Formats: sequence, C-alpha cells, structure tokens
Amino acid sequence: MKYAYYPGCSLQESAREFDVSVRAVMDALGVELIDIPDWTCCGASAAEPVSALMNYALPARNLALAEQELPGLDVLAPCSACYLNLLKVNREVVGTRNLHARVNEALGASGLNYRGTVGVRHILDVLINDIGLEAIKERIVNDLGEMRVSSYYGCQILRPYEVFDDPRHPVSMDNVLSALGAKPLPWDMGNKCCGASLMVTHPEVAMHSVAAILEGAEGSDAVATVCPLCQMNLEAYQHDSAAGGHHVPILYLTQLMGLAFGLEEPSVLLDKNMSMDGSMRAGIRSRAWRHEAPGEGDETLARET
Amino acid sequence: MTREILEELRGEIGACMQCGTCTASCPNGFAMDITPRQMWRMVQFGMLDRILESRTFWMCSSCYMCTLRCPRGLKLTRAMGALKRLARQRGTWKIRKNSAFYDAFMENVEKYGRVQETSLMPGYFLKSRDPLLPLHYLPLGVRMMRAGKLHAPSSAQKGRLKELFAKVREMEEES
Repeated sequence: MKYAYYPGCSLQESAREFDVSVRAVMDALGVELIDIPDWTCCGASAAEPVSALMNYALPARNLALAEQELPGLDVLAPCSACYLNLLKVNREVVGTRNLHARVNEALGASGLNYRGTVGVRHILDVLINDIGLEAIKERIVNDLGEMRVSSYYGCQILRPYEVFDDPRHPVSMDNVLSALGAKPLPWDMGNKCCGASLMVTHPEVAMHSVAAILEGAEGSDAVATVCPLCQMNLEAYQHDSAAGGHHVPILYLTQLMGLAFGLEEPSVLLDKNMSMDGSMRAGIRSRAWRHEAPGEGDETLARET
Repeated sequence: MTREILEELRGEIGACMQCGTCTASCPNGFAMDITPRQMWRMVQFGMLDRILESRTFWMCSSCYMCTLRCPRGLKLTRAMGALKRLARQRGTWKIRKNSAFYDAFMENVEKYGRVQETSLMPGYFLKSRDPLLPLHYLPLGVRMMRAGKLHAPSSAQKGRLKELFAKVREMEEES
C-alpha cells in the first residue's frame, strides 16, 4: 500500500508529534508514504476569507503536483483542514467548468495543471477502509488495557462532505481504539467544534467550546484527536480558568496506536504534548488504569450509576 | 466588487426559507449580534450596510454544522466566508482588526510557501495593532517553547508561491 503524503504546515511546526507518529505507525503497518515533492500550504481556513480563487488554487497546486509526480496514488492528509481543502478541489472545482479553468489558469503561472484524477483520503479513512481493523489488531504488542478514551473527531473530516463516517454519530475512531484494546467512552462532544481559528481571532468565544468539550471528557484517561488545531485548542488552554479547570491528556490517535504497537515513547514524541506530564507518561507506560487505586471502586460505581 | 459578491451570495442562498436550523446548529451563535437566519434574510434583501455593521460572520469557525443540516442544502459556511470577503472590501478599522489574522496568515504563506508559526504570530500582532495582544500569548509561548514546539522559520519553500499569488491577484483585479 502506497500513498502520496501531504503532511501540511502544522505537522512540520507545532504538531510534529502527529507527523512523526503517523509515519511511524504507517511504517509499522507496512504502508509506504511518499511526500508530495515541493508541497506548499493548503490555505487552511484563512484563504477563504481573503480570496475566493486562492481558496481553491492553493490546495489545487498540491493535487497538481501529486498528479504529475506520483500518478495513480491517493493523497493521504492527516490534518482536518488540509483534508477538507484538498477534497473541496475535487468536489467543487473539478466538474465546474468555469472555475476549473480559472484555477488552472492560476496554476499555469508556475507551469502546473490539475486534471482532477487524484483521490483525497484522511488518515482515519485509510485506517478503517484500506488497512482494516484486523491488520491493526495483528500489529498490537502491548494493548491499551481498557484505557478510557474519548474520541474527538472535530468538524472538517465529517462535514460538509460525508465520506467515510456518519457526520452525526461518527464511529471510525471508536472502532480503531477498541481494536487497540482501549475502551472508548460514549459522549456527545466528539463532533462538536473546538473553535478552530476563532481561538486566535476571538478567544473568549472559542473558550466556551473548549470548556464544554473538556467537561464532556471528564473521567477519560485521554482524549484522542486527528487534527493539529483541535489538539492545540484542547490542550493549550487547560491552564486557563476560562476553560473550566479540566485536565486531561490530549493525544493523537496515531500516538496511541504507536504505543499499542510497542513503539518507544520517543518514536511517537510523547514529550511534545503540553497536556502531558511525567507522571501521566509513567501512567500510560504502566497502563495505570488497569489497577484501580484503593477506594476508587466507589467512584467507579458512582460514575456508572 | 462588493456588489458583485453580494449578488453572487443572493443567488447562492436565494432558496433560504427562514427555518432557522442554521441558527439552532451554530456553536458560536451566542456571540453573534444577528442570527444566521436573519443574516440570510438581510442578504436576500441586499441590506449591505446593516450586514457590514454586524459581527456575525466573524464568529463563524467553519464547523459546517449548518451546512450539514440545512434542509435546502445551501452552502451556508461558504456564504459566511463570502461575507468575510465582502467586509474586507470595505476595510474599516473594525473590519481590519477582525481579518488581521487571516491577512497575516496569507502574507506568511505568500512569503514562506509553508506557514511558519513563529513568524506568523508577530505578523498578526502587528496587523491587529493591539499592543497588549503579545502579552496574552506569552504564557502559551513559554509552554510551547518548553515542549520544543517552536521552531525558527524555515526558508525551504520561500518564494515558491510568488507567481501563483501574483497571477491570482491579477485575475481577481480583472474580474
């Protein structure tokens, strides 16, 4: 199995643990990732408010490069915003004659052209549909031992385009986590918005969303994410009283996969997560939740009733 | 240009039947001065000045919940993006402040090809013209530095998007 890999800017910057763990996990699963040569930014959620054409031209440039340099391969994008921006080109530009011509006219300035033949895939899609849960289970060395995890999907991999999961009641990440031996907790915040870039432009508004999500995750050993912006928003403000004073590790799904596959902590960069401290890392190492502390039995009962 | 965007928008959401599902679905509705439902009515009526006074579309975080649920299948999140572009044409002080982050982001992309976070944020601080803003980010910056999350800007893709930006600018000025 082989994919044209589009890491995106965040994964080269503050979310390197996502990039490193994606590569490590894919390698362990025997999947080959080939970086799209010379890739550039997809525009994230900033291009649309500035330029209607740039909003499509930026992601289209990367698809044009993949089409030309890595023909026949689907593009794998781990970041939600990258994934949606690339997907939008296939759904909104290809097949709309005027717009497609305009986008290609813009790309033509640097000698590129996108015909529209490249499939765009999110990592969750690839994990459940191409690799499959059985192959994931086979690779497990040290399962997650009923770790209680809340699956946080965020928005843009589920909406507006329904591709690999139910946008109202997503289950793909729960299924991967169950395969790893974890215990996904039922909650209704998994597809709610974290505020995205509103956390920069109007933090007082985004903080409401973050507080509600963190509150919903209470009782979890960790929250699993597949988006660098969700991950950052959920972990960066846990010190802020406006976020409700909830402390829970926010990990990438691929970091949890790596740990279950028996990879060492440095190979999934567990030290880069700001919501983690040394004792939490030790807890994960020893699968601490397998052993209830004395007196905690009553709490478990209370939680279940 | 402003009228053109508004006309296009009127076409896109002309079928809105004012059911209010968008308003009920919006996670940021509490921070808006005009509900999304009312906003679409104002667009249908072409009430440009009232629209531009509103902060509603700046509160959109592109979660696509309204787009998913709209019984008419209207691309409402995309319409919120178009309203942001519409407002940028007007460029009052308030609007410039609201679009400062997007502008700084795109300038960073144009310059570096890939977003460089450590140069994006100072660019945003400058554009926002709020001298206290960097202080707000100081504690987070320190924690990010400790976790090894801050990196000096990389020039690997510098200037790679120069032609694309120039061409798009030229095409958008023509139309």
